[in-house]
Amino acid sequence: MAETITIRLKVNGVEKEVAVKPNERLLDVLREKFYINSVKAGCLRGECGICTVIMNGRLVKSCLVLAPEADGAEILTVEGLSRPGKPSVVQRAFIEKFGFQCGFCTPAFIMAAYWIVENMPNASEEEIKEILNSMICRCTGYKQIIEAIKYAIELKKQA
Amino acid sequence: MKAYKYVGKPIPRQDVSKVFGDAIYAYDVKLPGMLYAKLVGSTYAHARIKRIDYSKALKVPGVIKVFTGEDFPFKVGIYAADRDVLARGKVLYYGHPVAGVVAETPEAAEEAAELIEVEYEPLEPVLTIEDALRPDAPLIHEHMEEYRHASFIYPRPGTNIANYLKLRKGNVKKGFEEADVVVEGEYREPLISHAYMENWVGIARVLSDGTVEIWSSHQSPFAVRHLLAASLGLPIGKVVVHHTFIGGGFGGKAGLLLEHIPVLFSMKLGGRPVRLELNREENFLFMAQRAGYLFKMKTGATKDGKLIAHYGEYYLDAGAYADYTVNIGRSVGFVPTGPYEVPNIHVDSITVYTNKVPTTAFRGFGMQEMHFAFEQQIEQLAEKLGMDPLEFRLKNAIVPGKSYLPTQVRVREDAGDPAGTMKRAAELISWGKKPEKPGEPWKFRGIGIASFWKGPVQPPNAASSAIVKVNEDGSVDVLVGTGEMGQGTIYALAQIVAEELGIPVEKVRVAPIRSTDSVAYTWQTVGSRGLFSEGQALMRALDDLKNQMKEIAARVFNVFKDEIEIKDGKACVKGKPWECISLAEMALGYTLPNGNAIHGPLIGRGSHVPSQTTYLDPETGRGEPKPFMTFGTSAVEVEVDLLNMRVRVLKAVTVLDTPVINPGLALGQAYGGAVMGISIALNEELKLTKDGRLLNPNFTDYKVARAGDIPVEMVAEFLGVGQKNAPYGAKGVGELTMIAWPAAIANAIYNAIGVRIKKLPITPDNLLEAIKEQRPELLKELDKYLLGGE
Ligand code: FES
Ligand code: FES
Repeated sequence: MAETITIRLKVNGVEKEVAVKPNERLLDVLREKFYINSVKAGCLRGECGICTVIMNGRLVKSCLVLAPEADGAEILTVEGLSRPGKPSVVQRAFIEKFGFQCGFCTPAFIMAAYWIVENMPNASEEEIKEILNSMICRCTGYKQIIEAIKYAIELKKQA
Repeated sequence: MKAYKYVGKPIPRQDVSKVFGDAIYAYDVKLPGMLYAKLVGSTYAHARIKRIDYSKALKVPGVIKVFTGEDFPFKVGIYAADRDVLARGKVLYYGHPVAGVVAETPEAAEEAAELIEVEYEPLEPVLTIEDALRPDAPLIHEHMEEYRHASFIYPRPGTNIANYLKLRKGNVKKGFEEADVVVEGEYREPLISHAYMENWVGIARVLSDGTVEIWSSHQSPFAVRHLLAASLGLPIGKVVVHHTFIGGGFGGKAGLLLEHIPVLFSMKLGGRPVRLELNREENFLFMAQRAGYLFKMKTGATKDGKLIAHYGEYYLDAGAYADYTVNIGRSVGFVPTGPYEVPNIHVDSITVYTNKVPTTAFRGFGMQEMHFAFEQQIEQLAEKLGMDPLEFRLKNAIVPGKSYLPTQVRVREDAGDPAGTMKRAAELISWGKKPEKPGEPWKFRGIGIASFWKGPVQPPNAASSAIVKVNEDGSVDVLVGTGEMGQGTIYALAQIVAEELGIPVEKVRVAPIRSTDSVAYTWQTVGSRGLFSEGQALMRALDDLKNQMKEIAARVFNVFKDEIEIKDGKACVKGKPWECISLAEMALGYTLPNGNAIHGPLIGRGSHVPSQTTYLDPETGRGEPKPFMTFGTSAVEVEVDLLNMRVRVLKAVTVLDTPVINPGLALGQAYGGAVMGISIALNEELKLTKDGRLLNPNFTDYKVARAGDIPVEMVAEFLGVGQKNAPYGAKGVGELTMIAWPAAIANAIYNAIGVRIKKLPITPDNLLEAIKEQRPELLKELDKYLLGGE
């Protein structure tokens, strides 16, 4: 049995110490120790991006982050964007613009969208695509996702 | 289309839990005391299993049991039960599961799996269609004659042929004699993957009363139930299949997937829950993929531009298990041409086994593959005739009410509008106008068009049903069995309920997460049949419900039933909008002023079978295969860059004839289908080494389209020409949106550089090869620019 170490994480505003194995993925820590349901695995090798979360203000693939590297970090997932029944601007945009189908990739795309809205309020379509290029959605053909992101930027500006 | 309040409106989907992160997929299901299974794949494509030694594996702490093929001496499957649970005697493809470990933790299962030693005696692998059909080819399935199969499948034991379908219409010999121009071609399409985002997961347990429960990533809960019960000899009423959200299907999760494995493991382990979760590589290897194809076609037309004869040999490279693909062999066999009337047809469609990964349904069920070939035949005939390809298409397009199908049955009058889609798509792509030549001399632009048709491929008794219940607050629960895999059909059904009853759509709930013991039956969630089939059943359930509402109101107001109308969620006396009873007031029946209660709870029921479809004649294919066909045309503008040999789709247009219930959902299908179809046309191929090992079981090497790859412009339109017995006229669209792209792109490349593409995918290598063969002078010109002068 690999020995465990203790790390401290703040996930969606809740801070907790958890025991992890040194080779454990942040993805698994989030799902198993913080009960974050939205984070999904598609490949576990950084290719599909559907495990994407925001760590210390940056988009990361949680399958590529080892738990010890995340010690002390602040993590944001879609669970942290809204309260039940009250979507954030980005979530509202995805709902209104049909930005999802099977939904398996959706939490990841929403986090990318949130990051774009927060950090690149003047993003062009090309810039949006460039950010989304690190993730795969097999269902939507991306068009309605991109429309949702542009709409979210608009909504945010109006607010 | 008449204006409705809900139908035809882009009402947001109800499954917003996907956006909040609380949607539950099979991937998320965990049960107390759950064990973990891991499969061990073969390291040969074709070999006899000499010995499996798992003694070391059993010593790993936490390992409970190791299973091998001999533990499960029977076959499973849907149309041709040719699948072993775990390989028995022989392995049939690289990655073929030979053993399964069950352990208390995933880590222990994984460690043990690596310690299992298998000794093989290699056999010659059969890796191509041509090799499989050699008279002296090694037999992949040595006991094919013993396999159970559907009555409409024609396997040939003693060969590698899993199904042989014949289609004969008219007199093809005479047809070719009358032809003035004839085009012959061979078209090849590779093995590809659905590449849905949720890898397959199944969690099974057996309760103490013998009930078998399974949560898994599947499209069709009732098909899983039926096939589990039939294959494992279980009483069907004791099998409960739980349908969660699923992370994409595209046909790859139709029928029975690997559910039998955790179920059997659990049965042998006292019913303890067993979870089998595939990782991405395993999903490429253990889950069935899409067959490869070879089409040999010869098509003739008369000089006045009429198609007169078509001869075809169609081959499907089905891999080691053709269980589902045999039915796709039927699909391309009985719809062997595009949406045109061809009076004389002779087609053999042959599904062959090879030592490759097994194959199954894929969005379009062979129609994308067939149209890639046939729509290029059409263009070449038009060229030989000196006719505009659009005009040639229009001249031969199916005319509803007049034309006859390849299966010799007359096309219903309200079948749709094939010609309308051709004209509109042509308009949208500016047909007849050569696109502007880009400034760089090595770049060329062209436009291309492809028309198509498809309906569901299903047995004539593929049934559906629906139940509508009214709750005490006047809200409505709809119980249907069609799966939710992203397409959102159930939300379109909710809109129909809102429209029919005149209640807000928010008051209609179609639970996405359901179990087979608590919703109404449906055959499968495939073939773009959900909206038509469930929709028809639902319309009948709503009629039933409305009839009950009218009965109650007629009694209460002392009028005849026909004097009552249903409006805004109420049953009212016609002309007296103040004499009404609301759905809420009669949800549990109605209480009269004297206390007498009448009728009891409102519950509507409705059923559907594809009426008037038939079995097909085994010698000619004659018969009615489908309850509807959706017709469409797609068109593209492409840019071919001879410097890097890449093709970019600049504009993609799709026009379908059908009306739609929810344009937001339908456009989602259109855009998603376009990008998937373009990705298949330009990138996708499962590559094998020459001894049959899969080279690219990951997303670095198996490239699917990303956001940066999508066309600059995507347009989709629905003409609103409905079929009378479809709900609000609406036929299926999900698969239709994907069919035409490889064909349209190939035609556009020809328009751009005069090179015919007969092999997919159109990668730089394959494009270069085609140019070298057909127009080497283009490369010489290129050299000129690059080297600066002669
Ligand atoms: S699971 Fe992390 S990138 Fe695919
Ligand atoms: S919505 Fe299915 S993968 Fe994106």
